[in-house]
Amino acid sequence: MNIKIGLEVHVQLTSLKTKLFCSCSADYRGKPPNTNICPVCLGMPGSLPRVNKEAIKSAIKVALALNSNINQVLAWARKHYFYPDLPKGYQISQYDGKGVATFAKGGYINIRVNGKKKKIKIRRINIEEDPARIVYPTGDAETSSYILIDYNRSGIALLEIVTEPDMNSPEEVRAFLEKLRSILEHLEVSDLSLEGSMRADVNISVGDGERVEVKNISGLKDIEQAIRYEVARQIDVLEKGGRIERETRHWDSTRKITKPARVKEYEEDYRYMPDPNLPFYIIPDELIEEVRKTLPELPEERAARFINQHGLSEYLAHVLVSSKALADYYEKVAELSGVKGDKVAGLIVTDLLGWIDSEDLSNISRIVPPEDLAEVVKLLEKNEITIKMAKEMIPLLVRGEKPRQIIERMGWSVIRNRAVLEKIVDDVLKENPQVLKDIERNPRAVQFIIGKVLEKTGKKGDPKIIAEIVREKIRLS
Amino acid sequence: MRAVDFLLSIKRGEIDDVKLIEGFRERVIAEDEKYNIFITLAEPDEAFHRKRLLSGVPIAVKDNIVTKNLRTTCASQVLENFVPSYDATVVERIKSEGGVIVGKTNMDEFAMGALGTTSYFGPTRNPLNPSLSPGGSSSGSAAAISSGLVPMALGSDTGGSIRLPAAWTGIYGLKPTYGLVSRYGLVSYSDSLDQIGPMASSIFDLELLFGVIMGWDEKDPTTYDKHVPSEVFIKRAFMNPDPHIMRNLRVALLKEPLVHEDADQKVVDRFMDYVSELEAYGAVVEEVSIPLVNKAPQIYYVIAFSDASSNLARYSGLLYGKRVVDVIDTDWDEYYMRNRKLFGWEVKRRILLGSFILSAGYYEMYYDRALRARAKLYDELNKVLAKYDVIATPGSNIPPLPLDFDASDLSRLNAIDSLLVIANLAGLPAIVIPLEVSTNTPISIQLISQKWSEDILFEIGKYIALYISKLERELEA
Ligand SMILES: [Zn+2]
Repeated sequence: MNIKIGLEVHVQLTSLKTKLFCSCSADYRGKPPNTNICPVCLGMPGSLPRVNKEAIKSAIKVALALNSNINQVLAWARKHYFYPDLPKGYQISQYDGKGVATFAKGGYINIRVNGKKKKIKIRRINIEEDPARIVYPTGDAETSSYILIDYNRSGIALLEIVTEPDMNSPEEVRAFLEKLRSILEHLEVSDLSLEGSMRADVNISVGDGERVEVKNISGLKDIEQAIRYEVARQIDVLEKGGRIERETRHWDSTRKITKPARVKEYEEDYRYMPDPNLPFYIIPDELIEEVRKTLPELPEERAARFINQHGLSEYLAHVLVSSKALADYYEKVAELSGVKGDKVAGLIVTDLLGWIDSEDLSNISRIVPPEDLAEVVKLLEKNEITIKMAKEMIPLLVRGEKPRQIIERMGWSVIRNRAVLEKIVDDVLKENPQVLKDIERNPRAVQFIIGKVLEKTGKKGDPKIIAEIVREKIRLS
Repeated sequence: MRAVDFLLSIKRGEIDDVKLIEGFRERVIAEDEKYNIFITLAEPDEAFHRKRLLSGVPIAVKDNIVTKNLRTTCASQVLENFVPSYDATVVERIKSEGGVIVGKTNMDEFAMGALGTTSYFGPTRNPLNPSLSPGGSSSGSAAAISSGLVPMALGSDTGGSIRLPAAWTGIYGLKPTYGLVSRYGLVSYSDSLDQIGPMASSIFDLELLFGVIMGWDEKDPTTYDKHVPSEVFIKRAFMNPDPHIMRNLRVALLKEPLVHEDADQKVVDRFMDYVSELEAYGAVVEEVSIPLVNKAPQIYYVIAFSDASSNLARYSGLLYGKRVVDVIDTDWDEYYMRNRKLFGWEVKRRILLGSFILSAGYYEMYYDRALRARAKLYDELNKVLAKYDVIATPGSNIPPLPLDFDASDLSRLNAIDSLLVIANLAGLPAIVIPLEVSTNTPISIQLISQKWSEDILFEIGKYIALYISKLERELEA
């Protein structure tokens, strides 16, 4: 069945110092409730907003990175609705129409799913203020008898990025969100590993069914889960001969299901109007050019560099750049070990990632310091450990052990690896052909070979195993 | 006593700077019985800054301008218990110059009304004649001055709210150029029309207070930074006017308010006597007609009501203000509905009409057209001001209405609205100068000039006050 998915993603510009319209700190997390506030972000009578210019710069960066067309007449609109998280009764946002326009239009993001490239179109980008955070004491709106409101978040700068309904599977949505996240991380406008920094409304339609909107899902994992659930639910209804009506649903992140909105939500009229307190501002060409010049290397360019200069496979290169932290990590390990390419990348992508929760990806450098992994790579290079040992070391490194400690504890300081030792034995035999001839007559020749092999392993080879190998080799020859 | 004289006497060491506020509370309490001027009185405070521009001058502040730790109600039950946490910029500036805020004055609820009768705290009476309205919405500030309690006060003017009460109580009032006085801390009614302005019993005091409060403010993005410096007004407040100002002054006498079907013929005739005197002193007076002026009230209502519906969306008793029902006892829809019932009838009417205008489909029909008409009016007024120094109208073309006047009789109010709202719609400065004071028919003149040209209005105002109306001479005595 044909599945169409469109997203309205809200990302916080977490790198800003202050909120969008006041001088309160943008770093609201972990502060006691309702301490990061002022008359402006509380919407106190008489207070007036003023625009954080850095937020405009960040938005320009994102628009350029997503190939969007920036509307240079910057204007703000009020979006009205009554809800306790909105202290003014309206949200200062942007809008297309009524004498104002959206921040940027058009654009796209390239994604890769199963090796196939696809272009996901962007419809528009807006800047707006984040509402306050509502806390349900029981964790659920239906069972809570009261709510708590924390205005520390009120007024945080948000980017709203709306896509066309171009995605056809939950995998594509995941790829899109990962790519978007990576772009924002590379631009250094957002750290999306922070709780609640990425939220989305998702529009899903299956087959001939109507469009269903699932509102306000927080975090990449939940967004993907919600889509999987909702697609399965709609297919199930359709297969049983039912119909999908147009509706709004909510994601229950505890029970991992979507459920119909409690109140039947009619087509809401937000009574948009231009905000008269914020005069139109013409974004100068020079500012856009200045921002363009400071644009960093973006994920796609970075992957190309990995492929062309590091000789990475296309697959590994794209996995690495799906997260800035991961790509940075790879480069650091490569630099510290002096080894680059698939050997290092493979160890990170196929081994290390298997032991790290995807939510913790941004912390990868703290979980296994790049110095430690670089040491493992160096040991591998020097044949002091085998690739199997390296793989075995990874979970221990994740637990916080150091490479040297592991080798000591496992007794790996003695080389017991047959493959490693076999290769050295072969080398020694090749280098001493006459010894092999003497071997029938001179039993001490065997001791001589073993001694040579031990020498080559820096006295770390296990003599018993070496003797075994040598005897085998002699018998074979 | 004029503040300027008082301040000069302090400077010369003739009187003590606490003289004007001594016994102030007692005097107010006596007068307030008669006129209902103050909603909240400040505690008497002698801890003002000494030896500054306004040291010791008692100043009344309209109750829609927020004052730190001093209740600010907007004359509404909704904010009956609201004590702001911060000072408006204008209040900060007054305090830092040693001015003493003595109390918060009565007004029409949220500045919506022309007679001062929509206040939740009851109407203010006109000190010239207690059976008459003092005009609104800055009714208490006008009455505080007219009754002699304070030499100066702050008002706000969205569609004539400073100038009408000035005209009806025989005092001076200025609606400054839009963007010349910070609105930070003024409770918004209609953001693109609202301006704070000075009111005073002397034109010299008016200029002094204006000099203190005016000027760019980083907290209000709609303020302008390239204006006549405040020092100019402060200096001239202690100086006589240019004696040649009337010679060849080009005055455009606006025809529409004089021939309006609801204009009072006696008022118009008496006003015309004074116009002849202007000519006698050398002014060149010519009649001009701008038919669009008759449509100005409709343009004004569409814009102001729409803005009001947006600005008043924040009042729900959630963060501040009065709450009649708690969330625990009901759902959100009901919560908003019940708490917002506290608004008075006129406020509700304007919110409803404004919400309707902003709703889908009607915006283009009303709001957008009003904005275009507003731009046209701006052009026509400026065309006239390119040829003339000032546009002149009566301060009011009808005598003060009785307090029991039925405010739903819009035609009578339309007659005055049209001559007052044009300055707000075009963002132009407008001053009202009393010409003669009587118990039933005070006569005044309104002068409108180009943007940022308040200095001309003050010079002409001082000349008229000293040589034509002779009201200032009585004050000097
Ligand atoms: Zn704030």
